Amino acid sequence: MKKNNLIFNMATTALAIVISMMIAFAIIFLVSEDPARAIESFLLGPLQSKRLIGSIFTTAIPIAFTGIAVSIMFQASMFNMGAEGSFFLGALAAAGAATSFNLPGILGIIIPILVGGLTGAIICSIPAFLKIKWGANELVSSLMLNYVTFYLGLYILNNFIRDKNFGALASHPLAQNNKLPRIVQGTSLHAGIYVVILLIVLSYLLIFKTSIGMKIRMLGQNPEFARYSGIKVGGVVIFSQLIGGMIAGIGGSVEIMGMYGRFQWTSLPGYGWDGIILAILARNKPQFVPLAALFLSYLRVGASAMASNAEVPKELITVIQSIMIMLVTANALLKSFKQKMVVKEALTNGTNS
Amino acid sequence: MIKKGNSTVPILEARNISKVYGNGVYANKNICFSLNEGEIHALVGENGAGKSTLMKILFGMEKPSTGEILIKGNPVVFSSPQDAMKYEVGMVHQHFKLVDPLSITENVVLGYEPMKNGLIDRKTAEEKVKEITKIFDIREDLSTPVGKLPVGTKQKVEIVKALYRGAKILILDEPTAVLTPQETVELFEKLIQLKNEGLTVVFISHKLREVKQITDRISVIRRGELIETFFTKDVTEQEISAKMVGTTYTSALDKGESKLTEVVLDVKNITSKGLGDISVVNNMSFTVRGGQIIGIAGVEGNGQNELIEMITGLRPIDGGSVKINGMDTAGKSIIQLRNAGLSYIPSDRIDRGLAISMTIEDNMIATKLDQKSLYTNGLLSRSKIRSMSEKLVKEYLVRCNSVEAEVGMLSGGNMQKVVVAREFTQGATLIIAEQPTRGIDVGAAKFIYEELIKLRNQGCAVLLVSADLEELYKLSDHILVMYNGEISAYIKNPSEVSETELGTYMLGVKKQSAEEIKGAYYEKE
Repeated sequence: MKKNNLIFNMATTALAIVISMMIAFAIIFLVSEDPARAIESFLLGPLQSKRLIGSIFTTAIPIAFTGIAVSIMFQASMFNMGAEGSFFLGALAAAGAATSFNLPGILGIIIPILVGGLTGAIICSIPAFLKIKWGANELVSSLMLNYVTFYLGLYILNNFIRDKNFGALASHPLAQNNKLPRIVQGTSLHAGIYVVILLIVLSYLLIFKTSIGMKIRMLGQNPEFARYSGIKVGGVVIFSQLIGGMIAGIGGSVEIMGMYGRFQWTSLPGYGWDGIILAILARNKPQFVPLAALFLSYLRVGASAMASNAEVPKELITVIQSIMIMLVTANALLKSFKQKMVVKEALTNGTNS
Repeated sequence: MIKKGNSTVPILEARNISKVYGNGVYANKNICFSLNEGEIHALVGENGAGKSTLMKILFGMEKPSTGEILIKGNPVVFSSPQDAMKYEVGMVHQHFKLVDPLSITENVVLGYEPMKNGLIDRKTAEEKVKEITKIFDIREDLSTPVGKLPVGTKQKVEIVKALYRGAKILILDEPTAVLTPQETVELFEKLIQLKNEGLTVVFISHKLREVKQITDRISVIRRGELIETFFTKDVTEQEISAKMVGTTYTSALDKGESKLTEVVLDVKNITSKGLGDISVVNNMSFTVRGGQIIGIAGVEGNGQNELIEMITGLRPIDGGSVKINGMDTAGKSIIQLRNAGLSYIPSDRIDRGLAISMTIEDNMIATKLDQKSLYTNGLLSRSKIRSMSEKLVKEYLVRCNSVEAEVGMLSGGNMQKVVVAREFTQGATLIIAEQPTRGIDVGAAKFIYEELIKLRNQGCAVLLVSADLEELYKLSDHILVMYNGEISAYIKNPSEVSETELGTYMLGVKKQSAEEIKGAYYEKE
């Protein structure tokens, strides 16, 4: 039965991907003068050069962070959208910590990451507190909170860590020892990938191998059952959101320190939303997040290649994403297929147990 | 075969009906079932056997995977209950489908209102409903909101609703489950009367004595298959129950001796305020000692839920105190109560007792996360969890393909066994069993009875809340009757008090003196 569910989930996801790709191809045929070239550069473009292959990985890093962050938060059935704000403010806090203090050696990397993680954790735990204390809907409060976070971030950037000698709104530049080293020559791949791999492993262990992870899952599946079993519901909800927010915050820090010389986002970067897409594709299981992240970033790199080679706008990727998510979350899709599988299983086992 | 009518064709026939549910449960397998006009036909079987599914198919709520339905020999296809009603099939569900704020009349005519000039013709509606309700002696005014009616009357409204829609075949799903003995007697009188007027009744029940009492024929369903159909007069209760479970089953239970020990549960002057000024639980005091099963009887909704929630820490206590093994539970968390020796089988296994979308093994360990034996190097060990779950599944006879299966895939009885397996293996000294066998089969119920008795004899204190009087009589050493949030009787020797007498306490007709009720609270001399 469990195997059947896995097969079913995989089949739904695969079908969703296929359908959304077909629609994308149909659009390409409509808008492109040279559809064959467009499709070719979309599908194979990312493999053309070492630099592009590297950028598949570097694009996957930030969204993998938010993907696991959102997965953990969703496991507790808390539809917290705060990962976006956590990522943004985490990055800003990391940049602030790095440029404000003269941190020696390896501390120049560790301290900003920790500061970013802590900031992210605080942001994502706010909707959880509001929910437990006053029953506020976390979806609404976290969405609103993202704006608060964003403008708070701009205020801090403007008034405390801004480099007044720089032409645009940006923080002071990061010192060399605040930057994550590149790990493959000729690509943008940086050491942040080690951090994300470590966090994926730890998140998997947390959710599936620890008592608190088990409690998070129980709470997510049936809060009344969790309470009955003696779980302190409030504590577990807050813990899960703290961890999720922390991972998103670390993701922001790593992104700034791996990819940029200074903090200069003046709009929300959108990685938190990507995290939601990944969590849905990975069905809230941290171990599947890297796969989903690489897939999505492959599509994005492909879309960029297509945009420069064949003049099909790369926004096409958002069309694919939206259709995919809609189909993956559509429970009725493949329902008859599932029913058939179930009937077959029932027939072979022949019992109603 | 045929009692009346001029043809040998059954009024309703199901041929080779099979049904497989989305969760893989084979609910019906090649069922052939026929109804003769003007009979009361019982459908009995363990829970999960497929009775309700078959009836839902006959009422158009479920589509059969295979097979056909014939009405008076003509094949029909029901794609909705409306279709079934066209062929004069009506059904009263176990959980009533009534709109509480609407009046009796409005509920009865809902969806089939008589119209005049494009508006609902209230007068005609009232007259029609009045006509049908005549034989039911509904004491309440027909404009009373249904939510204010007692359960027995609600059921009558449901039957009236079916008749108003023109039902000639009436399906009753566990109609007596919610009724007091007195109400049951009344219902049976009405059913006989309706039968004499030519109505055909299908009667689904677990209670064999009732089935024996009222029906003409009995069909037994076991594990989705129709085993046999008998004339009621030809079989005994023992024979029916043997057919149901597949083995002979006697209902007599020998509890054996137990040694009474200290007071484990001490409930003193406990009170729960409702939303208004009325206390839902009012100043109740009683004790449960080790080695004792105390039963709580009462019509549902007389404060039992609130009482149990206060004892188990799920609801704040507004007045009085609860002590478990001497520990006052005020301000304590549920995990502290559990550590003090509490185990709890909730009445609602799906909403409270389990996470049905999680696996059997996850459900088994849910309250055992503190046990060191489940971990290797500080992490939960799959293999240790598996071997423990497999051991429990085996010990508690949970029928499943694998402990990795989702609990939601199991039948009701097997789900309950998962709850029981988890709660009975906590090393608890106080077991709160709330409707522990509701809606589960005879075999599983018997198993749970035996386990409860075993725990009692090992020195556990057991508090049993049940709407099933037979169960209370079977298990309880003493019975408390609850009425209106208070103890209305303390029955020291259940064997000396008849069910009818107990019923009078349950309905508030009689109440013991304060002195007699005091017996429920044991104090050391």
